[in-house]
Amino acid sequence: MDLFNAIIQVLDSTIRLSVPLLLACLAGLYSERAGIFDIGLEGKMLVGAFAGAASASVFHSAYIGLGMAILISVAFALVHGFASITHRGNQIVSGVAINFIAAGSTIMLGQAWFQQGGRTPALASDERFGAIIWPGADAVRGVPILGPIYSELISGHSVLVYVAFLAVPFTWWVLFRTRFGLRVRAVGENPAAVDTAGISVAWLRYRALICTGVLTGIAGAYLSMVQNGGFVKDMTAGKGYIALAALIFAKWKPVNAMFACLLFGFLDALSIRLQGTPLPLIGKVPVQLMQALPYILTVILLAGFIGKAIPPRAGGVPYVKER
Amino acid sequence: MAQAAIELIGINKSFGAVRANRDINLEIARGTIHGIVGENGAGKSTLMSILYGFYQADSGEISVGGQPASIKSPNDAIALGIGMVHQHFMLVDNFTVLENVILGAESDALLKKSIAKARSELERLEREYGLEVDPDAIIEELPVGLQQRVEILKALYRGAEILILDEPTGVLTPAEADHLFRILRQLKEQGKTIVLITHKLREIMAITDTVSVMRQGTMVATRQTTKTTVGELAELMVGRRVLLRVEKGEAEAGGVKLAVKNLTVKDSRGVTMVDDVSFDVRAGEIVGIAGVAGNGQSEMLEAISGIRRAISGSVMLDGKPIDLTGAADPGELRDRGLAHVPEDRHHVGLVLAFEENENSILGYHDDPRYLRGPFLDIDAIRDDARDKIAKYDIRPADCRLKTANFSGGNQQKIVLAREMEQDPGVLIVGQPTRGVDVGAIEFIHKRLIAMRDQGKAVLVVSVELDEIRSLSDRILVMFAGRIVGERGPEATEGELGLLMAGVEQREAAE
Repeated sequence: MDLFNAIIQVLDSTIRLSVPLLLACLAGLYSERAGIFDIGLEGKMLVGAFAGAASASVFHSAYIGLGMAILISVAFALVHGFASITHRGNQIVSGVAINFIAAGSTIMLGQAWFQQGGRTPALASDERFGAIIWPGADAVRGVPILGPIYSELISGHSVLVYVAFLAVPFTWWVLFRTRFGLRVRAVGENPAAVDTAGISVAWLRYRALICTGVLTGIAGAYLSMVQNGGFVKDMTAGKGYIALAALIFAKWKPVNAMFACLLFGFLDALSIRLQGTPLPLIGKVPVQLMQALPYILTVILLAGFIGKAIPPRAGGVPYVKER
Repeated sequence: MAQAAIELIGINKSFGAVRANRDINLEIARGTIHGIVGENGAGKSTLMSILYGFYQADSGEISVGGQPASIKSPNDAIALGIGMVHQHFMLVDNFTVLENVILGAESDALLKKSIAKARSELERLEREYGLEVDPDAIIEELPVGLQQRVEILKALYRGAEILILDEPTGVLTPAEADHLFRILRQLKEQGKTIVLITHKLREIMAITDTVSVMRQGTMVATRQTTKTTVGELAELMVGRRVLLRVEKGEAEAGGVKLAVKNLTVKDSRGVTMVDDVSFDVRAGEIVGIAGVAGNGQSEMLEAISGIRRAISGSVMLDGKPIDLTGAADPGELRDRGLAHVPEDRHHVGLVLAFEENENSILGYHDDPRYLRGPFLDIDAIRDDARDKIAKYDIRPADCRLKTANFSGGNQQKIVLAREMEQDPGVLIVGQPTRGVDVGAIEFIHKRLIAMRDQGKAVLVVSVELDEIRSLSDRILVMFAGRIVGERGPEATEGELGLLMAGVEQREAAE
């Protein structure tokens, strides 16, 4: 029963840890499917986290925090669009620039506004998104096997967790069942086909980037307002890059993206759980190695264990009419 | 005369300093097939792109069906019933036929209804025009002929009354081209107006009712097709008399220079592209390899020139083998007298971002003529480039110009000049005149024949049947990776066409 409880706990934290990855990964999916590489997921999450925590603490409202997180993140997405769509700049350079601006400006503004070394004030519980306890969760807790699964894994998460997982079928539906999705997929493969069909390539790509901004904003808000009770500098800690890796791993498909992010989240959870615990046969493993595990796996997976990942064909190339 | 479907009055369009269209006037009658011919860069495609709303004219007027029209985007053109089949298909390769057809013409925000509507509409078009294609097929899995049909369906689905086709037969086999022409005639009978842009004069003669000739951005003439000749059109296009078929004497074939034996090559997916091919090329002859693109010619050329690994077989150059492991040193092959003009000049033959003079020595840059100690001798290189420019009439005559700024024909001349001027014993040329205009084709053909007459062995691979027939002393036809027949230069187009289509030799002989 101890083992069972341990597994439940690891899976529970797997869910919590994969949520920001999943949101960022789906964000990247919209943008890359539309043919815009977005290495700036990291930066957009970070500004989202900062804007969310800062405004939640100022306005004492989690929902205002979430709104501001989305707003600022979308604004950064539009900057990326302005550079890479309107001015046909290099998308990697623009994305890296966004990451730098995000890292620097959040610390600077945080220090200027709150004087806590770049942190935002700790959020009170009504300024955060609390856990939603599903009906009957407490009642069934005692039921063997199913009880803990229902009360720990399914119930008891913040609203943003459910939003993240509902975003998966929603994204699939948008991409494959709507006009907008058809056009987004087309513009990432062959923008000239979209242009000659009488659709504006630029406006379509901007709209895809807005979707990206909304999702990275939610991801940021989750980090600073659910996982943590406030903003801490560089709190994204490379999650934007892991999300990109997961996106490639998932071959730019929403359901695959969910499984890829759950896998990364699971490794993360496992590495936390196993810290300091001696493993059978191997013995005690250094903490650093356990922490490095998700990243080592990322490298191995991306280095060829996933088969051929074909990115959207027009990805990274600014659209210029011929001649 | 029938009412005009389209009227263009005084169209001007400049790209920077280049005047792509000047004062173009054109009237296209309803229900006819109207050809527009001209060399590359004559402004045909620009004019049609203006008509399709892809570009805006600097000045001028367009009227469609007698009404003045303002076409600011492809949307406007589509609304006016103008459809276009682009030279490079505007299809999303990993979409289905249906998805491509509805893209941009979806009836509402969800796809379900649009797809159902398109499916029944495609069935109707199939019945009416014989445009058969599986609506659920993925584009990249369809042969090019069918991909083009999808482009036509796209236009018809949007209710096009006027259909513009830009160089539609460049990628088609003769049989596919004939099928296309049948479809176009049928569309004409149904009252559609068709504008056909091409540089193939034979097609113009075969299918159009009226033909307009463009040269250097101006419209130089419009003729009734029945009242003109190929010779007259060629002359109008180039501005001088053109030899459509280069004169050449009998070949005086000498010893074997290049011997290919049992060559087998696979592509990266492991599919056999060249299957047990054997042939010789002798000194003083031109051997032409005919075939529809994609039947192994490219892979064979790459293997012979040492770029691609061969699975088995041998290639002997002057009796000595060429390394077929894919690790051959191209420099060494050049030293042994093998010159190679690659099919794809943009990716393999040239560095487009380099200046012309740099490209004109590329691959021969270790030659002591171009070196001063360990450094490049810039003056010698530029002098050499100027000589080649003069000799091959490369325009503009500026060896410092970036190669990307030369037209396709002139880029091809840069590559040819580089390889031919090294005086190789064996010259391998892939698609010698792809994307090259009539005047330059004549020049390139003359040069190749001059090489032959100097006793060089020349191997030409081309998908242009006319070119193969006019150049070659012997014609080998390749189909599905095999040489399926050898014919003399007197072989008829029909005979070669059947071989190219893979019809059994015995049937072809009947």
